[in-house]
Amino acid sequence: MSARACRDAYRDLVPELMAADPRVVCLDSDTGLFAGVDFGGAADRYVNLGIAEQNLMGVAAGLAQSGFVPYVNTMAAFAATRALEAVKIDIALCGLPVRIMATHDGLAAGHLGPTHHCLEDLAVMRLLPGMTVLVPHTADAAEELIRQCADVPGPVYMRLGRKAAPEPPPGLEPPRLGRAQLLRDGADVTIAATGPYPVLAALDAAALLAADGVQARVFNVHTVRPLDAGVVLAGPGPVVTVEEHWASGGLGSAVAEAAAELPGGPRVLRVAVPDAFVPGAGDQAHLVARAGITAEAVAARARRALGRRPVRRFSET
Amino acid sequence: MSESVEAADLEAHCARVRERIVEMCASVEGGHLGGSMSLVEILVALYFAVLRVDPAEPEAPGRDRLVLSKGHAGIGLYAVLAERGFFPAEDLAGYAEPGGRFSAHPTPAIPGVEVPTGSLGHGLPLGVGFALAARLSGSARRCFVVLGDGELQEGSVWEAAMAAASLRLDGLTAVVDRNGLQITGGTEDVVGLEPLADRWRAFGWAVVEVDGHDLGALVDVLGKPGPPDRPVAVIARTVKGRGLPFVEGQVRSHYARLGDRQRRRAHAVLRAARRADGGTGR
Repeated sequence: MSARACRDAYRDLVPELMAADPRVVCLDSDTGLFAGVDFGGAADRYVNLGIAEQNLMGVAAGLAQSGFVPYVNTMAAFAATRALEAVKIDIALCGLPVRIMATHDGLAAGHLGPTHHCLEDLAVMRLLPGMTVLVPHTADAAEELIRQCADVPGPVYMRLGRKAAPEPPPGLEPPRLGRAQLLRDGADVTIAATGPYPVLAALDAAALLAADGVQARVFNVHTVRPLDAGVVLAGPGPVVTVEEHWASGGLGSAVAEAAAELPGGPRVLRVAVPDAFVPGAGDQAHLVARAGITAEAVAARARRALGRRPVRRFSET
Repeated sequence: MSESVEAADLEAHCARVRERIVEMCASVEGGHLGGSMSLVEILVALYFAVLRVDPAEPEAPGRDRLVLSKGHAGIGLYAVLAERGFFPAEDLAGYAEPGGRFSAHPTPAIPGVEVPTGSLGHGLPLGVGFALAARLSGSARRCFVVLGDGELQEGSVWEAAMAAASLRLDGLTAVVDRNGLQITGGTEDVVGLEPLADRWRAFGWAVVEVDGHDLGALVDVLGKPGPPDRPVAVIARTVKGRGLPFVEGQVRSHYARLGDRQRRRAHAVLRAARRADGGTGR
């Protein structure tokens, strides 16, 4: 696993963004991510505001109101819940171009435990009018999507994980903000996944299904909002969603909402973290598997959606 | 900043602002009467003698910024913005009207309003952002944040207070409308704030205490920059419901829907005060 972590790709990109655009400021909250980074002539535009996330979002809003483009660093849990009201009122209500760069999303915090897990951020952030919600699945994708954010006039929330995740094979085309990325084509069932582990589980599930003669079309839905619903729901067959998030409110909910309003829309089945906190130690890979976000679970859902016999029973807890 | 500011002019502005606040509180929805009346002199001093703003160009980049963090005093801000010429005073008749832009809490849909406020504890972090932006831009523009005293019970205020001092934001001034009351009683009886000046000092701010109804003192204090490298907290001692003796200093002044009789009584009291003033405001 020699891959770069998404957050490291972001960190390495920031000095370039600051050099290219004098409006870019980088606001930190004692994350430590930027230790030792040389900002060159832009050093005054990196400000560590300490452990105070409500203030962090408000300061970002004041800067954005004044014409700056703040990149704001904190953990997903603190952005999505502790500082939510500031994100909602100070940033989203004003449609400001603040980039909320959130590490430790999903179960990425691993052994740090449920206080640091964030299985609700996609739900919370996609509720906010005008918010763009992005989940890169690799460091390269993170870098690419951050560059494409330059054209987004409003706020952006991006998951950046913690450690490097296993890298799936590259897509057939580079990620384009707002477009579901086709990773594998197939004629029987659609699998829509977001985030490193879910994308990997989706691709592995497609391989399992192919062995049974079921061909899955696999999308990497790195842009959860605005959802590329037309493409994801275009078929083939039912849609299985995969995400490192609680089943309520995340990608699966977004896809199901769109499907429900589509005449003759496809059936949607979700593979997500069950409706419970995830206690106990373990790294991200361990916790993701324990939460049931696995290739086997995805394949089982796909077979069930297609009315095929379940090959083997898989525990969903 | 105008050197030709006449005290009598400021008094006249305050009088008209108070009459318009009364009118809005006589609307079908009523309004936040007490906390709007308490900050009339603070806002008039700022908008007529301190802030470099231009109603003809409300979004001029170099303007000073004012954040009304106690957004529930929106009708006080509306009345002052109208008096300053940001929009016609007749527009205030649209306060709380369905489909109109004048909600109880201000939003930037209204000319001169910088940010949406009303949920308490948001203004000072925004002010830190505005002041930091001014510094990064090499601009001498100032930022003022007007806070309620009850609002200081919100923790985010103190997050921002720490940050402002740590960043040495001398372009930032917090003005506390210290009327001493909140919805359920006196601030000291609910969750005490004293020793308030010492608390701001301990957070690294320069502190000035002032009579919040003394226009001359307010202009003097707010008009001159504070010490280098330190933000300034101006604790303005005020009276909730100021100008209306039948609610002055009373908890029930917080929100009022004035009936016709109360409205006429309020206007009579304000007119009498103007006559008695002889333009001095005392």
